[in-house]
Amino acid sequence: MSSRQEILEKIKKLRLDQTELPTIPEFKNPLNTEEEFKASIEANKGEIIPEEKLMSWISETGFQKILNFSQLINLNTSYAKIEDAHELDQLQVAIIDGQFGVGENGAIWITNEQVPFRAIPFITEHLVIVLPKNEIVSTMHQAYIKTSSQSYSFGLFIAGPSKTADIEQSLVIGAHGAKSLRVVLV
Amino acid sequence: MSHSKASTDFLRNAEHAKWHDETLWMIREKRDLASQKVPEWENLRTIASSIKEHVLSNLDHLLLEFEANATKNGIQVHWAKDAQEHNQIVLDILKKQSCAQVVKSKSILTEECHLNPFLEKNGIEVIDTDLGERIVQFLHQPPSHIVLPAIHLKKRDISELFHQKLQTEKGNEDPYYLTQAARTHLREKFLKAKVAITGVNFGIAETGEFVVCTNEGNADMGVHLADVHIACMGIEKLIPRRNDLGVFLRLLARSATGQAITNYTSHFRGPEKGKQIHLILVDNGRTEQLGREKFRNSLKCIRCGACMNTCPIYRRSGGFSYQSTVPGPIGSILSPGLDLKKYSSLPFASTLCGSCTDVCPVKINIHEQLYEWRQEITKANPNHAESLSMKLASGIFKSPLAYRISGILMRKLIKNLPDSLIYNPWNVWGKGRKLPETPQESFRNWYLNHRKNEQ
Repeated sequence: MSSRQEILEKIKKLRLDQTELPTIPEFKNPLNTEEEFKASIEANKGEIIPEEKLMSWISETGFQKILNFSQLINLNTSYAKIEDAHELDQLQVAIIDGQFGVGENGAIWITNEQVPFRAIPFITEHLVIVLPKNEIVSTMHQAYIKTSSQSYSFGLFIAGPSKTADIEQSLVIGAHGAKSLRVVLV
Repeated sequence: MSHSKASTDFLRNAEHAKWHDETLWMIREKRDLASQKVPEWENLRTIASSIKEHVLSNLDHLLLEFEANATKNGIQVHWAKDAQEHNQIVLDILKKQSCAQVVKSKSILTEECHLNPFLEKNGIEVIDTDLGERIVQFLHQPPSHIVLPAIHLKKRDISELFHQKLQTEKGNEDPYYLTQAARTHLREKFLKAKVAITGVNFGIAETGEFVVCTNEGNADMGVHLADVHIACMGIEKLIPRRNDLGVFLRLLARSATGQAITNYTSHFRGPEKGKQIHLILVDNGRTEQLGREKFRNSLKCIRCGACMNTCPIYRRSGGFSYQSTVPGPIGSILSPGLDLKKYSSLPFASTLCGSCTDVCPVKINIHEQLYEWRQEITKANPNHAESLSMKLASGIFKSPLAYRISGILMRKLIKNLPDSLIYNPWNVWGKGRKLPETPQESFRNWYLNHRKNEQ
């Protein structure tokens, strides 16, 4: 007997009475979702900036290796064409569109359709997400209802920059992934 | 070694033990603040618990549904009845890829299966990529907490370790500096790895996708750069519907660290073009636990670690004192199911205060199960109740005369004997405890005298 069969047989033999699956209420949050979203992003050590500030930040820092995948802002980038995700190791800034944000925790939904390589939001040194102001839901329940019919192969909630507190519980921003997250609400 | 003996080691460094206790309590307080911000928190706990109840009562059907949907999405599903089979499946995939160095993100299941030593014996280097796990791996230690693997270490220990392993400046204890050194070291490993291993936080039967949560982004750095992703999942990690994620993700990070959500929550439904995802469904004792009615609920655990942070024993004895992969209250009800003899002291490492049950996001009745395990262990090992002191006490309690005489003796003796005699090595109870002040007379005497005066 295969292990698959063996495991399934063992469970079947217990003849457990099937209990009912509860329905999940909508749990809408009455708070102002945009304000709550901003506060959540800041609590996660991300930053909300206006579009002008993004442009001035990029010109001030003099970053050369920038990739812009956003359909919502205009910025021509001239970084070499990427054939393999490993070539992104030196990427300094990636700009991508978020589909929507979640007020209660600052999570922003992105799928494989927004980026040519799944590694991009992680391997880039700095991440910028452009998000339409009117695309903010209040809780995770609405988030999953909103995405229920999507057919992504990879979906991701990003709520802040890469962080760790593994050394004596001291918070450090920039563990393995992006060292900063800037969110531009448009 | 018993839990109490092992905790003695931990308590030897009093300053460090105090720090450990206070730090975990601080995380417990963060959890309180985060949960209080969600008005429907208690409702969410009840729903989460009933969803898991349903999963456990319908596991065979849900596993089949999950397998069918995952396969349809292009995920290769494997089944392992025990740790050995799980490890062999991983090794076979690695061999097929001619992979000699693999990156791995946090997975308690692979710790439970002792995957690392197995792969190393077979000539494969495993690199744990979670910062805390990399630190304990350098020290050849297991994690001491399921969410905070290096919580037993201080920054000066890590600074010294990184000076040796990563050539950081001697004496530089700045957490940012040390983290950047690890980032550079691990970035190189991520870029080279052909295969990446991760755990699974939730598998969704309805869609065949699975979810992995991290704050560091190490799981994603590994799998998106590698050609092959191996995801190791205990069969109890299933949830029926995608919408159920809304409930569990609201509970998980808030319970674990007091964050509203982890910074990365990745949903894997199928492999990236030209790549592979292998998912291993592991039993390893879970179906046995499912058959134990009193302990079945322990399989609802979503591994948040809240019960550890709140436990007065865990905080004061450290994760290593449990000597099991999952320490703390939840480990003390899971581990005896795997090996009753080896873990027989764990259900006694509790005050039964019930704080673990109060904070559990899926409402596992942890303290009641600890009590139940004590009954099982005493039944299986009656010697426990037949120790000399217990026999003696039983004799004294059975005879009113013996009880009265021993009372008179003790009231005299304890007052007059020197401490060195009272707190002798045989008085186990007196370790770290002081005997109460002895009263002038027994309650019986006091009662009789009192009544006499009234009349």
